[in-house]
Formats: sequence, structure tokens, C-alpha cells
Amino acid sequence: MSKIALKVENLVKKYSSVVALKGISFEIKKKELFALLGPNGAGKTTTIRIIAGLTNPTSGKIYLFGKSLYDNPIWSKSQIGIVPQHINLDMELTVEENLLIHGLLYKLSLSLIKKRISELLELADLKERKNSKIKELSGGLKRRVLIIRALMHKPKLLLLDEPTVGLDPHIRRKIWSFIKNIQANGTTILLTTHYMEEAEYLADRVAFIFSGEIKAINTPKDFIKQLGNYAVDVYLSDKLKTFYFKEKKEAEKELLKYSKNHFVSLRRVTLEDAFLKYVEKNL
Amino acid sequence: MKGFFATYLREFLLLKKRFIRVLISFSINPLLYIFAFGIGLGKNITIGGKSYLEFLIPGLISATSMMQAFAINVEINIARFYLKIFEEFQSSPISHFSYALGEVLSGVTRAFLATFIILVISFLAGVKFYLNFYFFLTVFLNAFVFASLGLASAMLIKSHADQALVTNFIITPMMFLGGTFFPTENLPFFIKPVIEALPLTITSHTLRSIALYNSFKYSSLFILLVIAIISFMIALYSIKGAKN
Repeated sequence: MSKIALKVENLVKKYSSVVALKGISFEIKKKELFALLGPNGAGKTTTIRIIAGLTNPTSGKIYLFGKSLYDNPIWSKSQIGIVPQHINLDMELTVEENLLIHGLLYKLSLSLIKKRISELLELADLKERKNSKIKELSGGLKRRVLIIRALMHKPKLLLLDEPTVGLDPHIRRKIWSFIKNIQANGTTILLTTHYMEEAEYLADRVAFIFSGEIKAINTPKDFIKQLGNYAVDVYLSDKLKTFYFKEKKEAEKELLKYSKNHFVSLRRVTLEDAFLKYVEKNL
Repeated sequence: MKGFFATYLREFLLLKKRFIRVLISFSINPLLYIFAFGIGLGKNITIGGKSYLEFLIPGLISATSMMQAFAINVEINIARFYLKIFEEFQSSPISHFSYALGEVLSGVTRAFLATFIILVISFLAGVKFYLNFYFFLTVFLNAFVFASLGLASAMLIKSHADQALVTNFIITPMMFLGGTFFPTENLPFFIKPVIEALPLTITSHTLRSIALYNSFKYSSLFILLVIAIISFMIALYSIKGAKN
């Protein structure tokens, strides 16, 4: 049995004069949480939309659990759950009605739908809001409904396109622990985000994507390690300069050197530092 | 079948939640036409030995069922461009056929609701008709044709604004020329064959013939059936093109 859940090979997407994806390739292992991290317009959503069957690629191949996505479209769709960036729930319908329709779309029996609705409302702490119309829910609750809707048919691959965009930090944290919980239950997850902290906290591996090209794939830990453990930010008159060090002592030495004439700070290196290094190289 | 049911159920639940509003909005136009043309303007007019109100109502049922069935394009448009719910259907493992059938039958439901409202208004106005299975079958086929075309247009257009153009250039002229308000016999020779071939004209003639004289031609129903199948095929083809 292959350990690969999703394999993307040389994916290209052209929109008339714009090339959104320039032949990207990556693999996601089963039960892994893989993040595509990049600035707006990098091609993250296009990738997700192609995998979900919402957009056709110009060329390239995608394999889901060893089977070609395009040779088995109906089967592939039944294995995938998608949480889009925008909240595409029926605002006039209740939480339960939205979940019911999704269950029917994925051909679940009515008894199974009832059972899954109950389980998922419990999981998302939404039992009390079962009969609330979507338009009556806060942004965070709508997001949670969007995620559990994608889980109704127990997908083997969950696609999360910027799942916490526009949410308050404390709600974002709640969604993160919810996503971790889903992964712990054995679901493979592909996440797109431009929040570095989110990718660092959630992802097993991260791909940096710029202008339709994947520039690097690694674990957040290894990306950070490549730079060092400590960072010293020096606020020069017109810009911020950051120096990276493996040892704390070296970092403190640098801190002292600049502290007389500049505002300086010492901190741990984050995934954002690694990402910004790539941005410098690629933009 | 579950895919078709899911699509239909969504539209049905939305219709149910807006039932009172829908009922009022479906009643206003027929009421206005009946009062303005039937009772007001047409009080002293007879056509083929029948009062203008008797002549008008079958035509009004044809036109209103057409309008309401076609109007699913607005709901689909909102679902596609504004709420993005169409993506939920696109990413789910249902066939285009199931999706199309669910949407089209929701249009047929709207058309039947509008038809019943007109029949109730007619009954209250004291107009008596022959109503039989073929009358409702004709309404069904007419609604099926225009719901399919409504779905196709919603898939083909690229924005909300384009939708109004389709309605203004195709549906509204058809409503006025398709045998709703006046007999098509007296139309100029160069336009008459075109008007007579329109599905709305065939529906108006058939419904009028059943309602007033309890007779109809099977060939008219067959032609409507063929147009319904062709319209549905166009809708299916248009869904494929809605990707990207």
C-alpha cells in the first residue's frame, strides 16, 4: 500500500495571458497536514480548485490514493472535502439543513446523515445552533459549519483554503485546534494560508509558493533550522535588518553591539523569517 | 437520485421559507393583467365567441408559468456568482444530469405554484374552464422547457447584469407575442411562422383549446416534448461550460 495520499505532477494553469501555475509538483503523505504558503496571487487557491474539480488544469497530472483524478472524477470527488475561502453556505437555511443537503449530495443515507450531523455538531460545539439560520451566526461559527460540512462524508483528503482568513486571533486558535483534531482522526489535509503562524503551528510540511512556482518544501522546523535559532532585529534609520544565529550567546553579542545606537530586539526564529528570506529571493 | 433530490430540496426549502413573499409576488402580475386587460380593457371584447377574460387566462397561465420557470436563472445566478453555492454542487460527486434535473424541477414547481394562483383568481372572478390531465401536462412541459433554458442561460452568462439582457430580449417579447394577449392568426405573414413555432405560442394555443373547448392536438404535446428534451440537453451542455 502506497503511503502517498495525493500526488501532483507538473500542474500548469493558464488563464488567457496569465500563467497561474507553472508546473508545480508535490506529494502529500497519508494523514499528513501539508501547507501551501505564499502571498496573494501565488497560485494556492488555483491549486486547491483544480484538485477539488472546480477548475480544469491546462496540463499536468493528479493522483489521489494512486488513482488518476481525471479517470475517476466521481470517485475522486467522494474522497475529497473542500472548505473554500469564501463562506458558501446557504444563508437562509439552518445549520442542519445545510449539512443535510451536503450529505445528500454525497449520497449518504438519511440515517447516516442524521448520525453524522449529531457527531459533527458535537465535535464543533454547535449543538445548540443546529436550528439557527447561517445568517444568524458569527464569522467564526460560520467557519466551523463550513468545516464540518466538508467532513459530513468522512473525506480522506480535506482541502482547506485559507480557513481562518478574516477571523479574530482567539477564534483562529479555536479553529486550529479543531483542524488538529480532524488530522488526529486520520484525515489527510492540504491547507493553504498566508498566515505564517498558522502554517508553523499546523503543518507537518510546508511548500513555499511564489508566482505559480513551488520554491521549497520542508518541515517548518527544518526551514527554521536553516536560518538558525535566534534572530536579532535591528531597527536602522530607514529599514529593519534581521541577523540570525545558531547560539544564543552569539545573538546576545550582536544585540549588545547595536543596542547603544539603535532599537534592537532578540527573539526565536520563526517560519515567517524563513518565508521572508524566500520572498527576498523571489519577488 | 440523491444528487437530484439534494438539488431540488435546497430550492424547495428556500421556496418554503419565502412562501408568503413568493405567494404575494406571484399573484401581483396575474392580478394586474386580469384587471387591466381582462376586466378593464377587455370587458366588451369577445374572441371566438368567448369573453376576453376567458381568452386571456389560459394565455396568462402559459406566460406566467414560463416566466416563473425561467426565473430560476436568478436564483442560480445568486448561488453561482454571489453565494458561490454552485461550487458545492460542482465539487460533489453528482452528475450534471442530477444537478440539472433538480434545478429544472424546482422551476417546474414554481411554475405550478403560479398556475394554481391564477386558477384560484380565475375561479374567484367567476371564470369556468375545462381542466384535465393534459392541461397540467402542457403546463409541465412548458415549465420544463423554460426552466431548462433558464438554467442554460444562468450557466452561459458571465455576470449578473447579463441576465437581465437575456430576459429583456427573449422572454419579455415572447410573453407579448406568444399568443398570451391576442390571437396570433392576424400577425403579419413574415413573422407568423416564427411566432407559431415558439414553445410559448404552442402552449398558449394548447391550454386555450383544452380550457375553452376541451380539445387539443397530440402533435402539439409531442412538439413541446421534443423542445423540452432539446432544451434540457442545452442546459446539460451549458453546465459543462460553467467550469473555470
